[in-house]
Amino acid sequence: MLKGPKAHAEPMNNDTDRPRLRVAGLRSRLAGPFDLTLGAGECIAVTGASGSGKSLLLRMVADLDVAEGEVFLDGIARSTIPAPAWRRDVGYVAAESGWWHEAVAPHFSDLAAARALAPALNLKPDLFDGPVLRLSTGEKQRLALLRSLLAKPRVLLLDEPTGALDPDSKACVETVLGGHIAGGCAAVLVTHDADQAARMARRHFIMNSGRLTPA
Amino acid sequence: MKPTLVLDAPDLAIAALLIVLDGGISLAFGLGLHRQLAVAALRMVVQLLLIGVILTRVFALASPPVTMAVILVMVVVGAREVAVRPEQRLIRFGNYTVGLAAVAFATGVTSILALTTVLRPDPWYEARYAIPLAGIILGNVLNAASLALDALLSSVVREKAAIEAQLCLGATMRQAMAGLLRAAMRRGLLPVINSMSASGIVTLPGIMTGQILTGIDPIEAVKYQILLMFLLSGGAGLSVLVVVALAARHLTDGRQRLRLDRLVAG
Repeated sequence: MLKGPKAHAEPMNNDTDRPRLRVAGLRSRLAGPFDLTLGAGECIAVTGASGSGKSLLLRMVADLDVAEGEVFLDGIARSTIPAPAWRRDVGYVAAESGWWHEAVAPHFSDLAAARALAPALNLKPDLFDGPVLRLSTGEKQRLALLRSLLAKPRVLLLDEPTGALDPDSKACVETVLGGHIAGGCAAVLVTHDADQAARMARRHFIMNSGRLTPA
Repeated sequence: MKPTLVLDAPDLAIAALLIVLDGGISLAFGLGLHRQLAVAALRMVVQLLLIGVILTRVFALASPPVTMAVILVMVVVGAREVAVRPEQRLIRFGNYTVGLAAVAFATGVTSILALTTVLRPDPWYEARYAIPLAGIILGNVLNAASLALDALLSSVVREKAAIEAQLCLGATMRQAMAGLLRAAMRRGLLPVINSMSASGIVTLPGIMTGQILTGIDPIEAVKYQILLMFLLSGGAGLSVLVVVALAARHLTDGRQRLRLDRLVAG
């Protein structure tokens, strides 16, 4: 029934003609216009100097920054979907993680699922019983990623997801992300690590002064 | 009324020596406050003398439009104070419109309530009652409103990552800001709670002290003070509510984004 290169698992979308994510003429005063198409289970990598607009692109797609243009998720225009629902499906994981309770546990709506996934990200399950203050930067980064993954987004917007990690943890994160992408999630990976870009993504773009060009 | 002690200019001049003492302290310890102190003291004297003269005239006129105009000027000045205190400013005069709405609403509702149901002078808008009452409520309201506004604006800047992390998990702006809105409202309401708890033990409130000094029976003065405290806490509550609700609206948009681009450092 399914044909072509996208004939793998697409649990939430039966229509293979519609890309998982399509960015059309997305621009703001600071960056763009951006045009991108990602199929389900596809990861693209974006590299470029600090301040070139990589985070801006992710924020605009997540609808955190004001932008003109349109973004489509499985063919449905963002402007027709309430913003909270859009952001749940198009999960932006910022480089700097955010915390709003003192303890770690209340940040997770499904604590059991979070504990279960923690070892795969090289995280000790007892981290959930402590305060956020005692977490290292790398632990915060992985816990924030875990939190986003549990929401089961259809698109992941990853802003240097392994920026503060040691090689072991980095390998764990890449494996977990690879699993989600293989399961049908589309991912835009912003990274400074060219090797990581090569491992994770088939297509590679370079951001330069707010413009995106294929590498 | 019992005969009262009358103050003359030489009496005030003796008290003014204390300001000179403060200036000396500032110079001795290098606090760099002596200029500000002198300017503030001078402003205080001129402003109070001026308002004394104006109030005498206005009371004599007994004209509702004039009374209204005086209260309006007070409200606008109060709104400006609310607007300029916070370190962060909402663009397009956001702080001013938020401050004006909060101060005008809270002062208006509380004053009119007190004048028409509790104090009931005849007529209820008589200047001798309306202006001082609005003034004392206004002073308290602007304090509560400016603290709440400052707390909210600085907390959203500080907690940007936390707010946006919640938005990215599918939270609404209301959910993502709930904790900060509560903290800002608490910040605005704490002073009035403190002053209620402390009054009579730690402090003798200024109005009451003034009345007792002019010879009024302490129990009568106390009753007025109790009424005032209730009015002040009501005014503070209303102003904090309006400030937080309006400022939060400025900080977000139809797509529930955190619009920190609408804030500039003041």
